[in-house]
Amino acid sequence: MTQRAETAGLTLNAMESMLVDRLKSGSNAYYFALLVTGLMMLAGAIAGLQATVGGHHVYYGVSRQIPWGILISTYVYFAITSTGICLVSSIGHIFGVKAYMPIAKRAVFLSIITLSAGFLVIAAEIKVPIRMLVYNIISPNFTSNIWWMGALYGLALGVMIFEFIFLLLGKYKLAVACGFVAVVGELAANSNLAGVFGLLNGREFWHGPYLPIFFIASGVMVGCSCLILFHLWAERINEGPLHPGMPDCLSAIRKVAILMICVIAFFTIWRTVATLAGHPDGQYVGVMAMLTGEYSLSFWGGEILLSLLIPLGLYLFSKGTNMKLMLTAAILMLIGVFFMRHNMVIVGQVIPVFQGLGVTGSTELLKYSPTVHELMIVVGGFGFVGFMFLLGEKIFNGYPVEDHH
Amino acid sequence: MKNLKNLDKMTNEGVDNCSVEERRHFLKMGLTVTGVFAGGTILSAVSSVNKVYASTSGFVEKYPYKPHYSMIMHIENCIDCEKCKSACAETNGVPSYGFRTNILERQVAGALDQQREFIPVLCNHCNLAQCTRVCPTKATYKDPNNGIVMMNIEKCIGCLSCQLGCPYNARYFNEEKWAVDKCTFCWESRLSKGAKTTGCSEACPAGVRIFGDLSNPSDRVYKEVHQMTKTVWVLRPQAGTKPNVFYTRG
Repeated sequence: MTQRAETAGLTLNAMESMLVDRLKSGSNAYYFALLVTGLMMLAGAIAGLQATVGGHHVYYGVSRQIPWGILISTYVYFAITSTGICLVSSIGHIFGVKAYMPIAKRAVFLSIITLSAGFLVIAAEIKVPIRMLVYNIISPNFTSNIWWMGALYGLALGVMIFEFIFLLLGKYKLAVACGFVAVVGELAANSNLAGVFGLLNGREFWHGPYLPIFFIASGVMVGCSCLILFHLWAERINEGPLHPGMPDCLSAIRKVAILMICVIAFFTIWRTVATLAGHPDGQYVGVMAMLTGEYSLSFWGGEILLSLLIPLGLYLFSKGTNMKLMLTAAILMLIGVFFMRHNMVIVGQVIPVFQGLGVTGSTELLKYSPTVHELMIVVGGFGFVGFMFLLGEKIFNGYPVEDHH
Repeated sequence: MKNLKNLDKMTNEGVDNCSVEERRHFLKMGLTVTGVFAGGTILSAVSSVNKVYASTSGFVEKYPYKPHYSMIMHIENCIDCEKCKSACAETNGVPSYGFRTNILERQVAGALDQQREFIPVLCNHCNLAQCTRVCPTKATYKDPNNGIVMMNIEKCIGCLSCQLGCPYNARYFNEEKWAVDKCTFCWESRLSKGAKTTGCSEACPAGVRIFGDLSNPSDRVYKEVHQMTKTVWVLRPQAGTKPNVFYTRG
């Protein structure tokens, strides 16, 4: 039943009481989770406001040579995840593959909230966000990847909100049209996000055509895990199966996840081999820092084991039917990919720009450690996603699925 | 060998029948041989000057800006007295936590002569500046007249992408201005008021920093860059930004 059919003929008071009834229908665990995620959000908001007012230089661990810290890597994490969710859900919702259809509404909502979380986190990283709102519009620089990324993600967010509204109202043709625009927008925005790093000639660790492809592929990989995780959680919140086709749908998503894990593993192996074979300036030091140096735990533990190998094994062994294994795989991948993004953003900056000159102080890698404030904002971002997800499950009544298209 | 034995008996053909291409080829070969016998210095100077010209070959005689402000560093003269840094800070109100110009130190343990050298660095005012390309709001831009990479602090949103884009670590965020700050060749504080050189260049007691106009053939910077006897280079040429700050020795 569509939202419009449900609410047709209801007065505002009746609608309000319906909403209150839905929100009151949660279990104790649900309200506890809502409280925890709400507190996480609050902590992030307080830290972000304090740092913005008091000065980032006081509260953040970033520096002149490492201007982008964990807040940027968290933004990258959320933005790419949003793109991944949008792309995976489009397989059914936009392109009509039946197995993927049951996830449509929740996926669009998840894509909206993960992207919003990214925007909230990056708002705490931009030093003068008020100027951004004005000058991004009246003084755009069309050669800037950051400008395109912001504009395209902003467009995608707006269009996805309309898509979600149309889905709730049962206007499927409009929803599909919006969904198509959102997919194109997210893809373009995602590749521009990669371009922010990949087009910097002076930063050899990032420079090249590798990142845009890596971002899209890893986005789809993590998007799959995100969809599996939140749909399995949604089943618990709603205390029952969501849709008869959901197990098959999650199994199909699992197959895409397995494929993408292989693609990312392939990329990672060849990137490492190419760097070891050629010792390219700037890249070699960074890759070695990840293989054997300061970032080795983060690389081997987070990027390889948690993101790729363990989820690959668990997804394979689950055979698409063991939901506990799939849930574990999804959680581990979402944790591991956080390290993957962090490594990508930070290792690219810890290599001093004058390292090739051999000047004093440039032979060592630079140091960066996130501060408590930065970590609180990251926690706030995750809290926002959790809080909105929990709220969404009740407000939208578990996203009832209709067969459309 | 047979031709060599008969060399004395052969008659001179003269140069009348020699084509232009053959003459050119012969001259090129002669120059190459001369370069090799001169220890490669001539060839290496030619190639490095071509590489370090601020503009691509199409602009060698025609620079995109007039004046095309530039600087050449005589690094063997630098003694790290830091008078340039102090002058820069005083002239442009640079806070203690930041710098517009800096002096790098390089130690070469195995060198037979001096084992240490100092390399002054500042914004290279690149012709293909990455900072201006990546700035989302055009807060940093190339001045269309003189090529200086300028800042419009009103537009700076503090995303710091320009700091990452710069291959020379020439930018920092000024907390008082709420904007990124950088060297502007003292445009606001000196050049726009009629001064002929920058604060750092004027303060240097050893004549390390020579400031001038790369588009003016009578200017010292022009002459020192457009010559072949002394090697001239730029920092991090692989970044491909075509910098306008040059380095030389001797």
